[in-house]
Amino acid sequence: MSEVKSYEKKDTRSGFGAGLLELGSNNPKVVALCADLTGSLKMDAFAKAYPDRFFQTGIAEANMMGIAAGMTIGGLIPFTGTFANFSTGRVYDQIRQSIAYSDKNVKICASHAGITLGEDGATHQILEDIGMMRMLPGMVVINPCDYNQTRSATLAIAKHHGPVYLRFGRPAVPNFTDADSSFIIGKAVHLREGSDVSIFATGHLVWKALEACSQLAEMGISAEVINIHTIKPLDSEAILHSVRKTGCLVTAEEHNRIGGLGDAIAQLTSRHHPAPQEFVAVNDTFGESGTPDQLMRKYGLETEHIVRAAQEALKRKAVTV
Amino acid sequence: MKELAELRDFATQVRRDILRMVHAVQSGHPGGSLGCTEFMTVLYQEILQYSAKPWDMNGTNQDLFFLSNGHISPLWYSVLARTGHFPLEELGTFRKLDSRLQGHPATHDGLPGVRVASGSLGQGLSVAVGAALAKKLNNDEHLVFVLMGDGEIQEGQVWEAAMLAAAKRVDNLIATIDLNGQQIDGATKDVLPMGDVKAKWEAFGWDVIEMNGNDIEHVRANLLKAKTMTGLGKPVMILMETIMGHGVDFMMHTHKWHGVAPNNDQLTAALEQNASTLGDY
Repeated sequence: MSEVKSYEKKDTRSGFGAGLLELGSNNPKVVALCADLTGSLKMDAFAKAYPDRFFQTGIAEANMMGIAAGMTIGGLIPFTGTFANFSTGRVYDQIRQSIAYSDKNVKICASHAGITLGEDGATHQILEDIGMMRMLPGMVVINPCDYNQTRSATLAIAKHHGPVYLRFGRPAVPNFTDADSSFIIGKAVHLREGSDVSIFATGHLVWKALEACSQLAEMGISAEVINIHTIKPLDSEAILHSVRKTGCLVTAEEHNRIGGLGDAIAQLTSRHHPAPQEFVAVNDTFGESGTPDQLMRKYGLETEHIVRAAQEALKRKAVTV
Repeated sequence: MKELAELRDFATQVRRDILRMVHAVQSGHPGGSLGCTEFMTVLYQEILQYSAKPWDMNGTNQDLFFLSNGHISPLWYSVLARTGHFPLEELGTFRKLDSRLQGHPATHDGLPGVRVASGSLGQGLSVAVGAALAKKLNNDEHLVFVLMGDGEIQEGQVWEAAMLAAAKRVDNLIATIDLNGQQIDGATKDVLPMGDVKAKWEAFGWDVIEMNGNDIEHVRANLLKAKTMTGLGKPVMILMETIMGHGVDFMMHTHKWHGVAPNNDQLTAALEQNASTLGDY
């Protein structure tokens, strides 16, 4: 019922780079800023094609955020690019005052989010960024799942007026969504219909949720998989509809279990439809050096962890019923 | 150009506004506000090309001004109101619930004249640089102005922006630093000596001029001079010496009135030194 095909692997950051390049030609107001990570962010094609609209700020992220805020005054749509760590924690006050509180139309584009950044270790592996960004009033927070969706999201956020945090990553992951599917901010994507347990996943964990769904099906468990690419604003309707049907849920994200998708959904369900929830997330710890695969396993973010979490949620549902 | 007497009358009335606003809510920052009154008067009356009504956020084909040291908001609000950005009586809402005149400037409620929130220090120069770069990209030949405090340049982001503005030849930008030598904990030379400020900005690649910020004629001459220095490949810095609390004798030459409101007697004494010229709000 939910067979997993194999797909070409591509990195989400390249989806961002492709989307940005397209914006270069279809929206003259789009400008890009980068703090010395043009290659890593895949912004080099835009920089080469539109040198007048590309601004290398050097290793000065706070200044980059302020400049981006200033550029919106005059109607430009700035896309900032650096690692997720330097896009959020390092510049939180700049984002808070000059962008979010000032309602500036800045798109904060953040690569190398989470532990799949790998060998560089915990200094660069931010696991708190979704939490920080979703606490800012008015900030849209998006974490797409693959290359195609990151490209579509990049195009979509240019059309949204207001600050956006777009989070993506470094490793190549299966590119399984349709290239031509449109991205609607705040609209969850149903990937598998199921009746026993709901799995809400974001970013790199969406593919793993699909794999988990297949494994659960072999065990006779019908799992629903929903891609929550937009963590704020949350698609409350889709989430509650699913939880009302299944009665239990798993959330899966490459983020600290504090502050991320799991928290956001728990806050929703606790008010409107309390249900047993299991969290597949990093357990309030920093990461470390290692390959992405090793880290995902060690920190409990693999397919098997989602499977186990689903089984646990089902057990708890049985007890509550 | 306006008569100097007219500018002085405007500045005096602005001083009264500052004192009365801060007194009314027993909070706010009179010291720096009073010190920069001549500067802001000349800027809005003689230098900036802008439309107060209709006012628009983008400021296309207008000069832009950013207040980075947002705590001197009473001064800015008074000048904005008295140049037609919003009704004068709105000054009476300063720092009160449901007001557009927040303790520190904000765009949140659409107050005309304010284009970005400020208060957390060190951010305004970056924003001004961004706005100046946008003007260049949009082929808009107008200028961008920004005012900072001297204690504020202890923030590292200021120097990130300083470096970039020179490197990218942002020459449609005139920044001013209010050198009043005071910050919350005391004199800047005691809190954190900043060395040769002029040499620092020159070393960062800026054209630097100095002026006495409390001499209205000197302010006008130097702001006009600064305009002639734009478009020559370098950002322009005006180092403006002022006396904190200028115009109220017991508030001058001390950091103590940085963020303290006068009581009733002090207000009376301060207003006696600044008789009404244009009528109170």
